[in-house]
Amino acid sequence: MRFDPADYELIAPGTLQAVVALLADEPGKWLPIAGGTDVMVLYTAGKLPARKLVSIWNLAELRSIEVLPNEIKIGAGCTYTELREHYVIAQEFPLLASAARWTGGIANQNRGTLGGNIANASPAADSLPALLAYEAELILVSVRGERRVPYVGFHTGYKKMKLAPDELIRAICLRRCFSGYLHYSRKVGARNAQAIAKVCVAALGRLRGGVGGGGDAIDDVRIALGSVAPVPLRLTEVERIVSGKSVDRELVQLAKKAAVAAIQPIDDIRSTARYRTAVTGNLVAEFLEQLRATGKTA
Amino acid sequence: MTEEGIIGKSVPRKEGRDKVTGVARYIDDMTMPGMLYGATVRSQIPRGIIKKISFDPHFDWAELVTVTAQDIPGKNCIALIGDDQPCLADGKVNHPEEPILLLAHADPHLLRKAVDAVSIEYEPLPAIFTIEDSERRSQIIWGDDNTLKTFLISKGDVDGVWAKAAYIVEGEYTTGAQEQLYIENNGAIAVFDREEGITVWGSLQCPYYVHKALMALCNLPAEKIRVVQAETGGAFGGKEDYPSIIAGHAALLAMKSGQPVKIVYDRLEDMTATTKRHPSRTRHRTAVSKDGKILGGEIDFTIDGGAYATLSSVVLSRGTIHAGGPYYWPNVRIRGKAVATNAPPHGAFRGFGAPQSLFAMERHMDHIAQVVGLSPVEIRRRNFLKPGQTTTTDQTIREEIDLGKLLDRALELSEYTAKIARFAQQNKVGPIKKGMGIAAFLHGAGFTGSGERYLASVVAVEGCADGGVRVLVSSTEFGQGTNTVLCQIAAEALGLPYEDVRIAQPDTNQVPNSGPTVASRTAMVVGSLVRSAALGIKQILIASGLLGSSYPPQEFRAACRAHIAAHGELRSFARYEAPEGVFWDDQKYRGEAYASFAWAIYVAEVAVDLSTYSATVEDFVALQEVGRVLHPVLAKGQIAGGVAQGIGFALYEKVVWQNGRMQNGQMTNYIMPTSADLPPIRVFFEEMGNVHGAYGAKGIGELPMDGPAPAIVNAIEDALGTRFDSVPLMPEDIFEAVSANGDR
Amino acid sequence: MSHSSERRGQGGGNNRAKSELSLTINGKPETVRVFPMERLLDVLRQELGLTGTKEGCGEGECGSCSVLMDGKLVNSCLIPALQAAGANLTTIEGVAEGPQLSALQAAFLECGGAQCGICTPGMILSVSHLLNKKPEPTLGDIREVLAGNLCRCTGYMQIFEAVAEAARRKSSV
Repeated sequence: MRFDPADYELIAPGTLQAVVALLADEPGKWLPIAGGTDVMVLYTAGKLPARKLVSIWNLAELRSIEVLPNEIKIGAGCTYTELREHYVIAQEFPLLASAARWTGGIANQNRGTLGGNIANASPAADSLPALLAYEAELILVSVRGERRVPYVGFHTGYKKMKLAPDELIRAICLRRCFSGYLHYSRKVGARNAQAIAKVCVAALGRLRGGVGGGGDAIDDVRIALGSVAPVPLRLTEVERIVSGKSVDRELVQLAKKAAVAAIQPIDDIRSTARYRTAVTGNLVAEFLEQLRATGKTA
Repeated sequence: MTEEGIIGKSVPRKEGRDKVTGVARYIDDMTMPGMLYGATVRSQIPRGIIKKISFDPHFDWAELVTVTAQDIPGKNCIALIGDDQPCLADGKVNHPEEPILLLAHADPHLLRKAVDAVSIEYEPLPAIFTIEDSERRSQIIWGDDNTLKTFLISKGDVDGVWAKAAYIVEGEYTTGAQEQLYIENNGAIAVFDREEGITVWGSLQCPYYVHKALMALCNLPAEKIRVVQAETGGAFGGKEDYPSIIAGHAALLAMKSGQPVKIVYDRLEDMTATTKRHPSRTRHRTAVSKDGKILGGEIDFTIDGGAYATLSSVVLSRGTIHAGGPYYWPNVRIRGKAVATNAPPHGAFRGFGAPQSLFAMERHMDHIAQVVGLSPVEIRRRNFLKPGQTTTTDQTIREEIDLGKLLDRALELSEYTAKIARFAQQNKVGPIKKGMGIAAFLHGAGFTGSGERYLASVVAVEGCADGGVRVLVSSTEFGQGTNTVLCQIAAEALGLPYEDVRIAQPDTNQVPNSGPTVASRTAMVVGSLVRSAALGIKQILIASGLLGSSYPPQEFRAACRAHIAAHGELRSFARYEAPEGVFWDDQKYRGEAYASFAWAIYVAEVAVDLSTYSATVEDFVALQEVGRVLHPVLAKGQIAGGVAQGIGFALYEKVVWQNGRMQNGQMTNYIMPTSADLPPIRVFFEEMGNVHGAYGAKGIGELPMDGPAPAIVNAIEDALGTRFDSVPLMPEDIFEAVSANGDR
Repeated sequence: MSHSSERRGQGGGNNRAKSELSLTINGKPETVRVFPMERLLDVLRQELGLTGTKEGCGEGECGSCSVLMDGKLVNSCLIPALQAAGANLTTIEGVAEGPQLSALQAAFLECGGAQCGICTPGMILSVSHLLNKKPEPTLGDIREVLAGNLCRCTGYMQIFEAVAEAARRKSSV
């Protein structure tokens, strides 16, 4: 065994208030653990530097999904299974629903949480491109109160994020304004299930005139990628190039080129930079072609 | 007892109930009073001299049991074929993860800290990691020239064919290492008693291999070593020779401490330190006539054995003998060679050399087809072995196998022709390109040539006090159905219900040596002996007057009980005898290599998505002639499981090496197919019988490993028009080839 | 420096001690003294002697350690003991109804769903979980739910057959 349980403390204060008080008392000393699907893997491998852990699993304040007229607030402690089973998420935020569906297996979906996926800050995290595409906002909480920040820019580098040492992610907010869009997502991994993404795309788009409206100019578009840079990326330059334009072969080639220029993929144990680059270009093209097809009248 | 008999029926798995209730006990489920845990301190470098071993003074070493090479009572080697592999490195190391020292303590958590508290200083030596590096001989790491073994098969006059050839076709084909990935890691428990000697329980395939290794290591006579197989959670060859090492380590710690010692690896240790399938390189040069017939050729088959010889000579033998596939070669020269590199020694994995050389042969046939301008179907049809013809080793095919007909059936089952036509149209549009691929092959069951005679397997069947019988073999169950099939055979031979037959746990104190559970020999060879031994019980009872020549089961049971009451132990033995007319020349490597071959045609339907360069198998037909299907559910399960491993070998399972060490030794990064990845695997059998196998059976355990990889790569070439000659074939490789061709 | 297991950890901080953990396993209340970061898998196997749940990978990939926790399938190798406090667990030992095998266990036996048996406990719990949620699963459902349970022996085909057979039997009852 590469770990010794005797060397670790784990406590479960039981309320959000108690947890943030603890984090304020001893900032940086306590590692929050929710479902444990990331932390426990490191622990078992003998690679967890933290020795003191505070359980935030099953805190009521982090488990609710609040449906408001204009937005949905997803508690950071909600599991992937809960996301999959929620009718508003399934209907209105399919990019997030599909990310939940392709994360791990059922057993891991029953324990892994959206907040944990964000806090783990891996560039390959399955949910993050969806959060970028939907322009999510995060509610962060500490003894000093709550603050609401855009998700974009929250992750600043590999495993780095703008979270104060005494803060927890409390909720993820998504505006309910994406009906009428094409929601496109694709994860490319080593196998169909239980795979870390080599490339992950979450994209939204709408043509002038909407679905079946006969239009062809791109009215609104967001394209987000995971696993091709130290943080998930939104391809703002690609979006700029294609906005207002009709999708034709030439535009697709321009978009592909801009996408390739924007990413910084690496060679690693799973894949190569060249492969990731080529697949990125192909999936951006596929998205744009599907977007063009939405304009066709019935 | 019904008229239809037990053979051919899917009777319940003998130990199945225990498995579905979680009651079956594997090594890590077992504990003993006073048991210590053992761990291994391993080399962190691929090759070098050990300069110093230091023990961190902040650690209390008095509580730990420590064993080094100096503590070995007998010979510091893992006795197998040669004696070159040390049990513990003594002064030098030749591969990453080589065992140097052993530690034991009651607390497994503390034990890990102790392992980390040992530091070793090395003087590194230059190391080699590829077949080419080994052949270059810039470093000699084994023997005089890094060559572990060679074989030469020579038939006819190869040098004369080139001038007559209309086509000369060349190709080089490579296969990578593959991890067996049994879901239960290696484990052993050893107990030492001054009077009794050593007892080891292990997750293992071959109790008598471990027995022999422990005798040499511990310097104890045969009767002071006892090896017992525990329920084993998958093996596939990965627990054929490796258990001698972990058992030896546990035994040494048990001898030093006087307490029971359990060693169980975690996944990382098991993947990085234990055996894998031998990587291979095969070069073909073939002379072909105008009408596509093989006139002759040269085949160079080379495998990477890792740092010590272990089983490489035998893997090489099988790979070399299978290198010509199911085709008629009037003239051929096959050079087999195993070379050493500074990787942990490679070992047995289902197929044992044949998947490697057959991958090359079946890729090469498609290549020949293209050069000659024939279809993959036609090129094979024209070259299939026919009854009366001889194999590459001059073995005459005596059974009435019609491979052309088998091929026809496989093509029909897979809708090959219709799909080829349909895909040719569909592939014109869109990113999904589909293709069909064929593999035709054979697999010889049992030990090669004189191997079975050398093994001289012995089997016993004994009567039990309740009137039933018990089978006594060292053949082990690890999922393939040994317990079930051997009991079926005994029941059939005696006319008893299946429920009246049981089988002893393989324990070298209780069972004779029926040989190792390898080489697809258990049903065929050992099963034959079980049948003979069972008939022997019947003869004893008839001869004693207690039983008539035909009887209902209750009379047998009564006779059995009566005989035991009157005479005590009732036991019948059967010993292997080589069949008449089966000759093998070990010097010339020629003759009857195997008592029987099973034959197969596999067809793969593959889709390649050019947006992600991923290949997925969409449908798979596995058709094989197997002599006799003894147990339909078990037989189908063997084929489906083997095909799944073959699909992994082709498309998913890549060992990432760096300086001789596996970098992706975790299930997250060593990728085997999940239930969401595999196609329907459609299994079909033909039965021609087999005079050399129990009730006509041929061995089938390894057969399904040979076909999937070439069938799949053939299908990918069909889909893309791009040539691939290596497995594993990853999306990254497909991308590189496709973009080099300027496509997409 | 002594290393006997009870005294281990003292001098390392106030809370590095074992504490009582109460939970219900297969309908039976149990209380054990464990470190809070003991893996639930090890609590089951070492403290409670319930060795039917297996360790195959230690990282939540193979599913051999699957159990049902409050009715949900989880990988017990990834759950710290403290988080299982008060939970209702079902392990393989709780699946059979006394000496009678469940329909699922019987189907596994007949259809060849178990070969070496090491993945079988986790597989059976996974399938139980599925059949509770979806009594008539499609092949697609079965493939998806079982994707977290790796089997090296069967190639999954006969496991799919066993699940379909079990679903048939349960629906015809």
